Amino acid sequence: MKPAPFTYCRPDNVEQVLDLLRQHGGDSRILAGGQTLMAMLNMRLVEPKILVDISMMEALRFIRVADNYLEIGAAVIQADLLAWTDLEQYAPLMAKALPWVGHAQTRNKGTVCGSIAHSDPSSEMPLCLALLGGEIVLRSKTNRRMVKAADFQIGTLTTARQEDELIEAIRIPVPADVSKFAFQEVAIRHGDFALVAVAASHSPDGIRLGVGGVADRPEVRHWEHLPEDEIDTALNDLAHELGGYDDIHASAGYRRELVRTIGKRVILEVMA
Amino acid sequence: MIEYGAADRVKVTLTVNNESLTGYASSRMLLSDFIRHELGLTGTHVGCEHGVCGACTIQIDGRPVRSCLMLAVQAEGREIQTVEGLSDKGTLNRLQQAFRSHHALQCGFCTSGILMSMTNLLNENPTPTDDEITDILSGHLCRCTGYVGIVKAVQSLVLENIARENGENA
Repeated sequence: MKPAPFTYCRPDNVEQVLDLLRQHGGDSRILAGGQTLMAMLNMRLVEPKILVDISMMEALRFIRVADNYLEIGAAVIQADLLAWTDLEQYAPLMAKALPWVGHAQTRNKGTVCGSIAHSDPSSEMPLCLALLGGEIVLRSKTNRRMVKAADFQIGTLTTARQEDELIEAIRIPVPADVSKFAFQEVAIRHGDFALVAVAASHSPDGIRLGVGGVADRPEVRHWEHLPEDEIDTALNDLAHELGGYDDIHASAGYRRELVRTIGKRVILEVMA
Repeated sequence: MIEYGAADRVKVTLTVNNESLTGYASSRMLLSDFIRHELGLTGTHVGCEHGVCGACTIQIDGRPVRSCLMLAVQAEGREIQTVEGLSDKGTLNRLQQAFRSHHALQCGFCTSGILMSMTNLLNENPTPTDDEITDILSGHLCRCTGYVGIVKAVQSLVLENIARENGENA
């Protein structure tokens, strides 16, 4: 299928983007990598009047470390972040999770912030951001605010972004040196939507586990102490708490089994 | 600021297989359709049009991407490689010949996209592992289930490349 007609705009700077968003609000869509939005346009799941292309905007293509946060701009392509030589040092979890995001061919175009904007419940980047306690930098013509990942993703494909706001960047706290991270997922085919994705961290304040693909957004649990013989019970409780759903790919029961199985793997990996 | 209305006819000039070409696109025209219908290069195939099947994969500025998930107006001034650029005046290149020798295609619909991904893989690393080959291949669907032949074809080039490297070092 083909997109419905729209006006295509490629602003020269962020101010012009914000002007367009203020003027057109919900009739507009930001086009960054387009690896989800273009598919949605082709299927006419969305029919914006104005498409605002920020993919070539150098001002939004930054990866920088400031105030103990890693900031990733809205035009940063997933493949470029994966290829960034300092990624392992500043965001080891992202380094583990990015190879699971789509396929190499879509990572060459898709953006990190685009994944966050789309907020698919099974998507890897929102899961990582939720586990790491990251923030989303939202900018409008009149305001600039930061929203915690936990407050940003409200539900399936639904976020706290206002219609006149641009996701300018995401911010991830740089972890303590001693922290350990692990990531796993199960999909029908590598690169497809995850049936279940899990991320775990082990830092001085305890163990965290994030689960994607089961509830309507990534869910994170924190244990200050988690003895090895209590992992199974904790994960079983979590799996039933999240519930899960049946679809053509997997039953809710299978999703819960994945939470127990790969959840345990990543927890043992970060505890080792 | 660039602005193209829904009814505008936009002139798009880009480099395709080292040749400068020009065509016209509406703002909503997909790059895949532009390549096929405006430029007449029908080697790039269109399957699912939502980025899943990989049939429309081309290289832009040296990177394999889905041409169905990009607008023609975004390709202005860019460097594009399509399957037509692989052979030399009708003579198959090494990768294409390996596909032929190892029965890596049946109907051929998925082949041009896979060739563009594998060309990039071998350019970046002449000796990828089996896992690296299948990881890149996971970005493509072949409904004839020809994956074994495709992997064998790429492996055959890897073996040749290893032999070549050893020969050079000898």
